[in-house]
Amino acid sequence: MSTAKKVTLPDEIKGYSQVRVDVDLTSGKINKSTLSGEFCRDWIGGYGFGAKILWDELKPGIDPLGPENIFVWAIGPFPTTILPTSSKYGVFAKSPLTGMFGMAISSGSVGAQARRAGINAIVVKGKAPEPVYMIIDDDDYYLEPCEKTVWGKGNFETEETLKDEFQDQRLAVMSIGKAGERLSKMACITNDRNRQAGRTGMGAVMGSKNLKAIAFRGTKGPKVAYPAEFYKIAKKLIKIANGPATAKYRDLGTPAGLTSYNKLGMMPTMNYREGTWEEIDKGTFSGDALNENWIVKKVACSQCSIACDHIAKVPKTHSEYPNLTASIDVEMCYSFGTNTGCADWPTIFKCVSLCDDLGIDAISGGVTASMACELYDLGLITKKDLGYELPFGSTTNLARFTEEMILGKGFAGEIFGDGCKQAGIRLEKMGRKNAGFYGMHIKGLEMPAFDIHGMTSFAVGVSVSVRGACHLRNGAYGLDAKGKFDRFGYDKALERGKAIIALEDIYAIIDSYVICKFTRGIYENDAEMAKVYELVTGIPHTEESINKRGAAILNLSKCFNIREGWTRADDHPPEKFFKEAHTKGPAKGVVLQEEGFQKLLSGYYEARGWDTKTGIPTDETLKSLGLDFVIGKLKPAGGK
Amino acid sequence: MARSSLKKRGGKMHQFIIIDPDLCTGCETCESVCSFVHDGEFNPINTRIHRVRIEPVFNIALACQKCEDAPCVRSCPEKALENDPDTGSVMVDNDKCNGCAYCVRACNFGVINLHIDSQKALICDLCESMKEDFIDPEVGRTEPQCIAVCPKEAISLKNVEQIGEETRMEAVKRLFGDVSKFGTK
Repeated sequence: MSTAKKVTLPDEIKGYSQVRVDVDLTSGKINKSTLSGEFCRDWIGGYGFGAKILWDELKPGIDPLGPENIFVWAIGPFPTTILPTSSKYGVFAKSPLTGMFGMAISSGSVGAQARRAGINAIVVKGKAPEPVYMIIDDDDYYLEPCEKTVWGKGNFETEETLKDEFQDQRLAVMSIGKAGERLSKMACITNDRNRQAGRTGMGAVMGSKNLKAIAFRGTKGPKVAYPAEFYKIAKKLIKIANGPATAKYRDLGTPAGLTSYNKLGMMPTMNYREGTWEEIDKGTFSGDALNENWIVKKVACSQCSIACDHIAKVPKTHSEYPNLTASIDVEMCYSFGTNTGCADWPTIFKCVSLCDDLGIDAISGGVTASMACELYDLGLITKKDLGYELPFGSTTNLARFTEEMILGKGFAGEIFGDGCKQAGIRLEKMGRKNAGFYGMHIKGLEMPAFDIHGMTSFAVGVSVSVRGACHLRNGAYGLDAKGKFDRFGYDKALERGKAIIALEDIYAIIDSYVICKFTRGIYENDAEMAKVYELVTGIPHTEESINKRGAAILNLSKCFNIREGWTRADDHPPEKFFKEAHTKGPAKGVVLQEEGFQKLLSGYYEARGWDTKTGIPTDETLKSLGLDFVIGKLKPAGGK
Repeated sequence: MARSSLKKRGGKMHQFIIIDPDLCTGCETCESVCSFVHDGEFNPINTRIHRVRIEPVFNIALACQKCEDAPCVRSCPEKALENDPDTGSVMVDNDKCNGCAYCVRACNFGVINLHIDSQKALICDLCESMKEDFIDPEVGRTEPQCIAVCPKEAISLKNVEQIGEETRMEAVKRLFGDVSKFGTK
């Protein structure tokens, strides 16, 4: 790899506020400092900021739920501008689910309000002696004790309460629910009611610090480096963001994928026993049915041109959940729907609403419930354990299980309240042999909505994801869905590796900018994406330099994992994909082949410039990415 | 926007910004762009068009209704506000405006606020005062930028006649159903 030309910094940087706020919750001290121009240029924002700060400041081997963990909140240069989908923020910490690099991204109004308050990053350390929430009100930053007010409350009520207190309906609130307070490893952060920083248990990290919420509002508007040029290109992008490039997100929404992935045998059904479902074939469980019968409105995050948030509403005449509303996308249709065998829409809405309000990741939650359904089916857990039946296709009992799981109540809560991996460990300790086999997770993070029996490229893509099972680190499912390679075969290991990396590097930039992956297709190319960055910040990144930074950010977060004890064996799909095949559909009879998978994995490592045996970046690769500071520090500390 | 839509009829130009709540997603792009084209920075607190979200399912935005005998104009103790006879817009004389906010209180639609820095009244003037730098060269003149950027085309500029006509058409369709049957014997 050649060294990218140095990107010269302008005299003044725009877009970024460059303000870093350090919060020591133990002492209550809050400090403000400046992020240097070099730091912004090299680490871009969001993911990049999180990776660099955690690498530099987090002591390896610490307990993710102890006071030594560091909770990083960060945005890039774009929020509150009219760049489509720019009001996004990221949170980063050592994950309690994976013991490795934790990250989650959300949108809504938080990024925009925070930017107007003039914040670029918040770094939270220590643990507050009592529950508090934090207020960022322009330049006023303070902690407010909340044990007697919102502590113990759900996310919806917390948001409303804080808005009422400030008499400001535009106050942006990100908070944790009871699950975060009780340190469920699956706990999420909810903001704007329907938006979640869901994955890798970031809500539990907030809870472990006694930090209930952070609320933002601001009155300062950012300027951009080249206003007229930026305005011109932003108007163009807004138009395109309402064209064919994003139709699948706007119209039926991502649930349109139910039908298309079902046809390919990629729609996980009954905890991955099958990749197709007759309810989808029949058309009763499809994006069309969902939209026609249940969706009442599509809503946008701040400054988003797409408006993907599909809000479902249960009619007031419904016996169990009258007037219930929930925000639905394909992941929830999978996690609580196809994967638990539940085709009853109101039940799914109820489960999602419980997750969002009480505060767990609705993907992890649904997949953990799916594991319970399969264990129930196999007799590995029973009615005697749970107090009720839980076969695939449960409705009322699924909602009951979900609530107990979130709140940590009963058998469901004690065993399943921290996700699949812990449930497996706990059940096996109780003598329920092989229970862990049915937990569908990678590195401890539950699988997203793709059945990889017949997806050999994505089997690698989802396995190498630094945050555990995730489709959004490289989107390599597209390689299989679009037929770029033989999705049942194991040829062209290096080419596949290169194809995954090409996606992964730019995805790392998208997560650092931070913008939404739904808008990737609105840019003509990566060069235009770099151009937008230059027009806002004045920093002349190019297609080449931006991709290089993407690779550096990805490598640094990977190095974080190595330092925490990651080994090659962690980049591996659940055993089930290797042992149990579908009985029908396009992937009928197919299982992943260990030897073939390992060959493809080595191909990816090779393409990355990592040691093909160990999967650890070589010194040469680290140097070429400007990560010299990592060299010599990759000794695993344990504690993974 | 077609030239004809800016034509004065009967010597009046009673036009205003209309937002369709069925199309509005509440994205706030109109607010951000409003502040940007006037001040060069993205600061929705200085907007002249205001998004309202009641429960996530109801979204709309409101801007000046250009009342004929406008309460804001009447209430201004400094006589800083004036209806432009050509456009119907309420124009603010920044030299006179002293930021007392009587207009904010007087407005029945809540669409006036004060600029966070200058404390002068902000009232939609259909972008007549937008910065020249941001005028689309293909259009060649000022036009409401919220309409130009609204991702869902939820914002439009209409006059009273148009609104009445459209509403009547809808009402007739509701009352008579499929009107094509009236064309058959």
